[in-house]
Amino acid sequence: MSITIVKPGLLTTIQDNGRWGFQHLGINPGGAMDLRALQIANTLLLNDLSEAVIEFYFPAPIIRFNQAAFIALSGADFNASINGISIPINQPIYVPENSTIQFNNKINGKVGYLAVQGGFALTEWMNSFSTNLKVGAGGFEGRALTINDEIFFTVPFRKSKKSTTCTILPWKADTKAFYTTEALQFIPGNEFNLLTEVSKQLLLQESFTILPKSDRMGYCLNGPSLSRIHSKEMISSAVTRGTIQLLPNGQCIILMADHQTTGGYPRIGHIISAHLPSIAQKEVGTEVQFKLTDLPTAENFSLLQAQHLHQLKNACNLQLDAYHRH
Amino acid sequence: MQKLNYSIYPIGDSALTIEFGNTIREQTNEGVMQLFHQLKKNQVAYIIDIIPAYSSISVIYNTVAIKKSNPNILAFDWMKQQIVKEMELSHVNELNRRQITIPVCYDITLGPDLNEVADYASLSIEEVIALHKAKLYKVYMIGFLPGFPYMATVDEKIQLPRKSQPRTKVPAGSVGIAGAQTGIYPSASPGGWQLIGQTPVKLFDVTQENPCLLQPGDKVSFYAISIDEFYHLKIEQSS
Repeated sequence: MSITIVKPGLLTTIQDNGRWGFQHLGINPGGAMDLRALQIANTLLLNDLSEAVIEFYFPAPIIRFNQAAFIALSGADFNASINGISIPINQPIYVPENSTIQFNNKINGKVGYLAVQGGFALTEWMNSFSTNLKVGAGGFEGRALTINDEIFFTVPFRKSKKSTTCTILPWKADTKAFYTTEALQFIPGNEFNLLTEVSKQLLLQESFTILPKSDRMGYCLNGPSLSRIHSKEMISSAVTRGTIQLLPNGQCIILMADHQTTGGYPRIGHIISAHLPSIAQKEVGTEVQFKLTDLPTAENFSLLQAQHLHQLKNACNLQLDAYHRH
Repeated sequence: MQKLNYSIYPIGDSALTIEFGNTIREQTNEGVMQLFHQLKKNQVAYIIDIIPAYSSISVIYNTVAIKKSNPNILAFDWMKQQIVKEMELSHVNELNRRQITIPVCYDITLGPDLNEVADYASLSIEEVIALHKAKLYKVYMIGFLPGFPYMATVDEKIQLPRKSQPRTKVPAGSVGIAGAQTGIYPSASPGGWQLIGQTPVKLFDVTQENPCLLQPGDKVSFYAISIDEFYHLKIEQSS
């Protein structure tokens, strides 16, 4: 059973929850830009939360299903249709064989995910299916998907009644709790106090625009220039996804999935994990604001989201059971 | 374990850094390596990545898993306690003592900044090369790119700072200098280090089970090869 890429899209890659345990060798974790969307898509299909999925931007790929499959879309909504029938995100869908999915226009969000029940049959590189484009390894042949690539998927764990029509299954994940439209919360970084008082105020009060040169490595921001109380060089040390670095020109960058493992720029803050999916979904040109929070709040927020996800999983389990018994 | 002063601070809500000051010193880095090997060996629960650097070590952990089993304490505080416990064990770990020699072709066509380094040091190119290959370097950390070794300490005379305008593309294998550090680009990349030569050896090979030639803590020495040997070895490598 397989899918074939009919049109590749802007940047279409295989991603999972990242490659962990090798950062001491400079190998960055990578993984899905919006980890929550990866988890939601997999949860809807009762896959492992970290099962590999297809990540895509707009223009999105056109994909043919050579055999029937259960799929779910999450993250960005690009107004998908299968054989001309409009299909929603965050809802499991039965796709009959020889169907084609396409994405017609942007409705909201920046990065989309397509999961297949049972997952794709690929080979791990260093314990992960994520595509590392820099070294050309992982995912599908270490590269972005292109025309005529055929990716196999494993047998769905429960055979559905064969049908020739695309079916939208009658349950939906409510994802509101996982995203925010408000200011992005961050905890102060070790070099937060390197900012002048005026710059701290600017960071907390002004808006910052996401620049076109933003990519999977980081989102570059344009805003008021921030200044430091001294310009002493720092020695390189580890950085993390969500770290807000202050560049020598006074502008900031938020490190994303493909960030370098180490860096030497001041770390003025760290976006809380619970808000990383929200920043990942913001398009170039969007304005973002920042709000200071503390570590207990950030940790509790992560726990709360994990609980939401668990509830979603239980609900999907019940629904799928009922569906199969019909 | 050797006692060093340190501070521990969060670098996000699921990572922390133990910092032993803001200097590049052999003794400090030795402490970093001790802790790195100890944390690896003892497999502290919930740690998913450990990143040693010049004078710090960072740990990425699973916040949700810690909070589920320890609901009354911050995951950060819990992890901090585990690490402090590990640091208090006065156990000396068997450290990595590998020594690796790497061939470098110090030809001007492969080391386009040789003249600049020579001018800076008021030395001949031959003297610059002699100073660079005379030293035994230590891999203090790996970062920036997969497999990129940060090695020190370069002879003071040739400690040229990074280029003010980085190159948009540095070829794979390029050997460079940035202040007291010397490094090798494992893959083609933008970069600002002063390039003095190139090695035909692959520093990062995705087809290998251990893709990285070098590891933190390795000792490295360089030996000079001719441009003919360079291309010969390069062809041999790729076949």
